[in-house]
Order: sequence, then C-alpha cells, then structure tokens
Amino acid sequence: MRMINHHPGRVSATLLGLLPFLLIMLVYSLASQERLAENPNDKLLPGLEQMTAAVDRMAFQEDRRSGDYLMWQDTTASLARLGMGVGIAASLALVVGILNGVLPLVRANLAPLVSALSMVPPLAILPILFIVFGLGELSKVMLIVIGTAPIMMRDVAQRVRELPGEQLIKIQTLGANSWQVITRMALPQVLPRLIDAVRLSLGPAWLFLIAAEAIASTEGLGYRIFLVRRYLAMDVILPYVIWITILAIVIDQCLRLTNRRLFPWYNAGGH
Amino acid sequence: MSFITVNNLWKEYGGQVVLENLNLNVKQGEFCTLVGASGCGKSTFLKMLLGQETQTRGDLLLEGEAFPGEPDRNRGIVFQRYSVFPHLTVRQNVLMGLELEQKPWLGKLFGSARREALEKVDAMLESVGLSPSANKWPHELSGGMQQRLAIAQSLIMRPRVLLLDEPFGALDPGIRGDMHDLLLKLWQETGTTIFMVTHDLKEGFYLGSRLLVFDKVRNDPHDPQAFGATITYDLPIGQTDRKLFEDINQSVSETARNQAA
Repeated sequence: MRMINHHPGRVSATLLGLLPFLLIMLVYSLASQERLAENPNDKLLPGLEQMTAAVDRMAFQEDRRSGDYLMWQDTTASLARLGMGVGIAASLALVVGILNGVLPLVRANLAPLVSALSMVPPLAILPILFIVFGLGELSKVMLIVIGTAPIMMRDVAQRVRELPGEQLIKIQTLGANSWQVITRMALPQVLPRLIDAVRLSLGPAWLFLIAAEAIASTEGLGYRIFLVRRYLAMDVILPYVIWITILAIVIDQCLRLTNRRLFPWYNAGGH
Repeated sequence: MSFITVNNLWKEYGGQVVLENLNLNVKQGEFCTLVGASGCGKSTFLKMLLGQETQTRGDLLLEGEAFPGEPDRNRGIVFQRYSVFPHLTVRQNVLMGLELEQKPWLGKLFGSARREALEKVDAMLESVGLSPSANKWPHELSGGMQQRLAIAQSLIMRPRVLLLDEPFGALDPGIRGDMHDLLLKLWQETGTTIFMVTHDLKEGFYLGSRLLVFDKVRNDPHDPQAFGATITYDLPIGQTDRKLFEDINQSVSETARNQAA
C-alpha cells in the first residue's frame, strides 16, 4: 500500500503527535543530567529542579527589591502592549482593507502605499519610533502596529475582493448604496476573515514586542529574558520562553473559538 | 411604445464582435427565454439589460429612456450560483432588500417596521416554498432551495424586470421541473417582465411566452471572432413544433462546433 494511503487511527495519531515533544524532553534531560553530573553549578542546561525553583522565585515570591511578583508583572505588561498593538492594527486593517477592497477610487489611491509600507522592515524603523515617540509604551505599541497592520490591510482587502462578484451585483439590484454595500455585505463577511488574519499576525506581533522590550523597557517578558541573559540564567529564560509559547497558543485558540462562536455560517463552509 | 426597445445594437470587445445588429421589442409582462451556443452573447445581452455592460453601438431603451449604467432596484437578477448572502439566514436574505430601501444609513429595520417587513418576507417565503427553512443558513440548503431563495430575494423588491442567468443550470432534472412550475406561477402572479438565459433548448421551448435564439448567421472558419451573433429566431411559445426544434437545435449545435474549432 502506498504511504499516502496510510492513515493513523485516533490513538496512534495522538501518540505520534506527542512523540517529538517527548523526544526533545528526553534529549534535553539526558544532556542536562550529564552536564550537572560534571558540574552541579552548570548554568547552561538547568534541570527541572533549578527551573521550578526559578519559576517559584519569579512567579510566587515577592521580589526583594520592588516587592512585586515579577513574572506576573512582566506578563501583564507584555500582554497589554500586545493587545493594544494588535487591536489598533486590526482596526486600521479593517477600515483601510474594506475601503481598498470595495471602492476602486480608494484602491487606486491607497493600495500602492499599503503595498510599499508592508515591505518596510519594521525593526529597521524601530530607532525612528524611539526618537519620535520616546522610550515609553507608545513606541513599543507603534512597532507592533507598523509591523502587523500593512499586511493585515492587504489581507483584508484581498478577502473583500474574493467575495463573489455575483453578490456585489445582487446587492446593487436590491437597491444598496455604496455605504450599504460596505456595512451589509463586505463588513459582516470580512470580520471572521479578519480574526483569521489576526491569528496569523500574532507571531510577528510577539516578535516585535520582544524586540522592542529587549531594547528599551523596564518590565515585560522580553525585557526579563534579555536582562537575565547577562547572568546566563537559563533557568529563568527557558520557563519564560515556554510561558510565552503557552500564552501564544491560548490566545490563538481563544480567537479560533471566538470565530466559531460568532460566525457559525463561516466555519460550516458557508462561504 | 414598447417596454424594452433594442435598436440596431452592437457589442464588441476590441476586434471581437459579440453581438451584431440586434433588434427587439418587448412588451411589459413578457417572459423571454434566450437560448444559443456558448459565446453567442446571451449573457452579454443580459448584462447590458442589467447595467453591468454597455453597448458599443445602437440603442437599448426602457420605456424610451436609455438603460441606467449600473444595476438598480428595478432590475432583479438570479445567477447560477452565489446569488444569496452566506452570512444571512434565509429570512434575513429576503428581508435585506426591504431594509436597504427603507434605511439608507442603518440598513436595518427595527420594531414595527421590521415586523411589517417580516410579514411580507414570510409571505414571499411561503410562495416559493421555503417557510420551513426560514431560519436556516444558505449553506444548509440544497441547490434548488438556494435558487428559490435567490428568486424570492429579488421578487420581494417587485422589480420591473427579472433577469435569470442560467438559474437552473446546476440543478438535477427533477428539481428543475419543480423550479419551472414555481417560476411560471410567480410570473403569472407578479406580471414581471422576465428574461431568462438557458443552455437548454427544451427549457426555452415551453417555458415563458417568447423564445429568442441567439446564433451566428455568418461564420468565418479562419476567424471565428469576426462575426457576432444576432437573434435568428423570435418565436411566440405555443407556435413551436418538433420540426422547428430540430432546425434550431441543429443550427445552434453547428455554431457551437464552429466556436470550439
């Protein structure tokens, strides 16, 4: 039988999916044990004990200097920036994308600019953002906005243009004016697609967030990782990375479920 | 004065002639079926009636006035597919036109105005046989039911002209028969002028009141695009017989083969 026709059962699919995770953990713990056996103070590959101790210290004990629970403080600071940045970017993308998608005059006017902007490497203009907006929250949020909005704008405009031409004609024969074409046809059908676009943009958004925090910040997940790097504190960095990954997965799944909940017609193949 | 007047109408795309020298008078309330081989300009003519395309030369008049250059609420359309809005339920789909008409900014009706409109919607759904599916999404409907919905959605606007572009082309033969009965019933009830494009010559031979055959009179084997199509038969339905059917069928098939060659 051909390989392409071998399908795993439910149980074996789960096991196959878990296998790479287990393998990575196994390889890591073996390497870690070996290094720790040679030098109990080794910092490069900390074992489970050191990492739980570090998490306990960062998340569940007050910081001796500031009296804060650092990991939670970092998390809320980072999530606030991420949420604000992605929220602003998505709103901009919705407005510009729909106008670009629906109105040919606006498209002629704005689409080239949006395309050009989406090609600018956002990190290259981070210094400009710091100069213009200062080192505060605004420049970090702006980096996320500038990094994710143009691509989402293009995506939304593309999704609008993918709506069948028949629909556009049909709504006109029902007497719709341009505003109604936007509010009753384009907007409601593009919202679930916007959520999909946001899910895809979250990866880059995290990248820009951590980059900005690494360079100029006093709190935040990215700030902490880059701060403790100086002490080679892998026991803090690794749990932080895992924590960021878990956050990203949870946000992604929340968006997916929201999409299902709010737009039953979209996910049932009604588009 | 006739309702729709077509006078010496030409449509060309660059060097390609699609329609040549089309002449036609249609009275209000007629049901014209347009048949012919693919590429013979039936759909192009329909698009001109809709306002999606404009003629290259000649006149296309609605009660003596030029046709508006963009689709409007006086001309309903049903396409083969994608005519209904997937994000609205059956009821909302039919309600849409009434809402758009009454609320230019909100596009939505509330309270008693909405209840009044919904009564009309439900009556319309009843007459196309969709009442049991009123709260379903379009993707939960069969192809035939989606077309019923598309027709209801257009007819609730009481359009002066209803345009149908191969509306039953994707349906099973049995369903198609039901749809024919429905369409004839609605036509008699509303008195709307209907133009229907179809591939199916048989359909054209008994549905409606008038059969228009689009065909090429001249054909240049070396340059199939050089000559356009025109109306070669314009027959009142009921005066048609087997012999005529064979003649038209043969002529149309020949044109189709020439087009494909």
